[in-house]
Amino acid sequence: MKALCWCGKKNVQVQNVDDPKIINPRDALVRITTTAICGSDLHLYDGYIPTMEKGDVLGHEFMGVVEEVGGGVGNLKKGDRVVVPFTIACGNCFFCQRQLWSACDNSNPNAWMMEKAYGFTGSGLFGYSHMMGGYAGGQAEYVRVPFADVGPLKVPEELEDEQVIFLTDIFPTGYMAAENCNIQKGDTVAIWGAGPVGQFAIRSAKMLGAEQVVSIDHYPKRLKMAAEGGAIPIDFNDEYVYERLLDLTGGRGPDACIDAVGLEAHGTTPDALYDRVKAATFMATDRLHVLRQAIHCCRKGGTVSVPGVYAGFLDKVPMGAAFGKGLTFKMGQTHMHKYLKPLLEHVRAGRIDPRFVITHRAKLDQAAEMYALFAGKKDECIKVLLKP
Amino acid sequence: MTSWFSGILPNDELHAPLEHLPRRHRQKNVGALERTISVLAGGLLVGEGLKRLSLPGLAAAAVGAHLVRRGATGHCGMYHALNVTSVEEDSKLLSHPLHQHIRVHKVMTVNKPAGEVYAFWRDLENLPRFMQHLERVSVTGEKTSHWVARGPRERVVEWDAELVEDKPGEVISWKSVGGSQVPNAGEVRFKGLSEGRGTEVHVLLMYDPPAGVLGALYARLFGAEPGQQVKEDLRRFKQLMEAGELPTIEGQPQGQC
Ligand SMILES: NC(=O)c1ccc[n+]([C@@H]2O[C@H](COP(=O)([O-])OP(=O)(O)OC[C@H]3O[C@@H](n4cnc5c(N)ncnc54)[C@H](O)[C@@H]3O)[C@@H](O)[C@H]2O)c1
Ligand SMILES: [Zn+2]
Ligand SMILES: [Zn+2]
Repeated sequence: MKALCWCGKKNVQVQNVDDPKIINPRDALVRITTTAICGSDLHLYDGYIPTMEKGDVLGHEFMGVVEEVGGGVGNLKKGDRVVVPFTIACGNCFFCQRQLWSACDNSNPNAWMMEKAYGFTGSGLFGYSHMMGGYAGGQAEYVRVPFADVGPLKVPEELEDEQVIFLTDIFPTGYMAAENCNIQKGDTVAIWGAGPVGQFAIRSAKMLGAEQVVSIDHYPKRLKMAAEGGAIPIDFNDEYVYERLLDLTGGRGPDACIDAVGLEAHGTTPDALYDRVKAATFMATDRLHVLRQAIHCCRKGGTVSVPGVYAGFLDKVPMGAAFGKGLTFKMGQTHMHKYLKPLLEHVRAGRIDPRFVITHRAKLDQAAEMYALFAGKKDECIKVLLKP
Repeated sequence: MTSWFSGILPNDELHAPLEHLPRRHRQKNVGALERTISVLAGGLLVGEGLKRLSLPGLAAAAVGAHLVRRGATGHCGMYHALNVTSVEEDSKLLSHPLHQHIRVHKVMTVNKPAGEVYAFWRDLENLPRFMQHLERVSVTGEKTSHWVARGPRERVVEWDAELVEDKPGEVISWKSVGGSQVPNAGEVRFKGLSEGRGTEVHVLLMYDPPAGVLGALYARLFGAEPGQQVKEDLRRFKQLMEAGELPTIEGQPQGQC
């Protein structure tokens, strides 16, 4: 089959690889009909996530049709149309049973690696480095889905791929980011990053009852999309973010702040370690700036919610401000399985049409080109869909 | 990665002199990945620190030098002073009448009732499903079993074992018998938790690595870092119990760059 392979920093190639097959009883094989490129894929593309190996198949946002199921999968059959959550979870462990799906104990074959780095392992992820399990991803024609009896969700025929594909990651991710803000009536939520995750966080915050949502970025097209979703846009190149947020909240500050940008430069690869030392030496990079700014701007007793990916160590985190104001921090990989059904319901009921975020559609063969375009934020690119 | 076997050794079956105990077990307290990170980060700090010939710069260089040293030697004086270790080996051992030289204790919580967890382990023929270097265990009598493992160079190593203690839902322990080449012993205790929180599984194994060729055999069977192997075998046990299968990526497609 054809699959997009990681061949090193800024080098991805569509190659012919073996077809995947059922390995474990709880596996399913899915023929992919639509897949997407995520901001998280850019961290791999830019070489910031350690434990990638040349030839790894990328992609964690995908959906398709079940081709075959293992003996342990009773709830799916050949021909079912499914969306597949990007986190892989067993459904039976302490964490899965507490809805902490991305903390699953049993789905990472390389648990020891993450344990060494973080103290404990998280769940396996599709196409996201060997530390996260090394599972082949879904920017391909076919994919093997482990624990398919608890992950994939059947989607109704009347909804087309483009309406449900974002249930595989960015809609739940934006939604959990907003949910983590514990939004109360009248609240203001400020969201850094108007990429796809930021866009869904804006709409989710609105759905969860935020009175005022503010979106901070510097790409006009993205800020325009944010405004269309009901947010007040701030271009951080034109305005002082802190001052503007105080103006918008009567001097009190936002009740919650979401960092939907993340911090590429902090991994454990040698170059990331070097960046880390640089960050310590020269104070900060732009991206560190987001988390600091979110902490700085948040009102006393407020919440800082972090869906943006961090991988290593942070320097110059204003812990004094966080402590002094009694902030709450919420973060992590999305507990995907918890959100699939309720968010599908929102789509089905027409409360949100996730297609708004799509700016580019291409063939899987053009994936390398589309990665470069999305990474460079060229051609006003916000979200790319690929068809095998 | 090698595996471990439990079995409680009667003292008189062991004749390994103390000097053959690997001393590094006592001295290393910084784990492998952390050591690599330590060397890298330390090197960078030295470089960056020396570039800036200021007081903080020199301090950074000094910290960097310390990180490189602990990374290279695997020993951190601060860890030592604080009595912490990131080597996967516990020094805190369950009390046991036997006095073997190497003991490893690991605990993992399995999200199943104690009875079920005990029953799976008690069926000794299940052990090779999660103990990586066991080929097979056959039950030969009410209390006896025959164990077959793969040693170095695919050499097959066999021994007989005997149950020492067996309390349903609580404990199973056993030891090798009959002049085994690889005398070893082990015990697994099950502690059922309240509120449906599953069962703590405490594993203790003991062995005394002899010298020479047999020493190498031990190293292969029980691993250079026995604690890590026990942990991995225990993790596989938990995965089988909870998820019903072992997560794997063996046999999946991979590109060629
Ligand atoms: N937690 C999860 O499970 C999860 C899931 C998906 C994505 N993510 C992460 O979410 C983040 C965003 O993903 P995306 O797909 O939207 O990526 P993206 O790259 O398309 O968007 C990031 C946006 O942040 C903006 N930005 C950069 N610096 C900024 C600053 N100083 N102030 C304000 N905005 C700034 C960029 O202009 C860009 O528009 C990434 O880190 C991604 O890895 C996390
Ligand atoms: Zn993603
Ligand atoms: Zn689980």
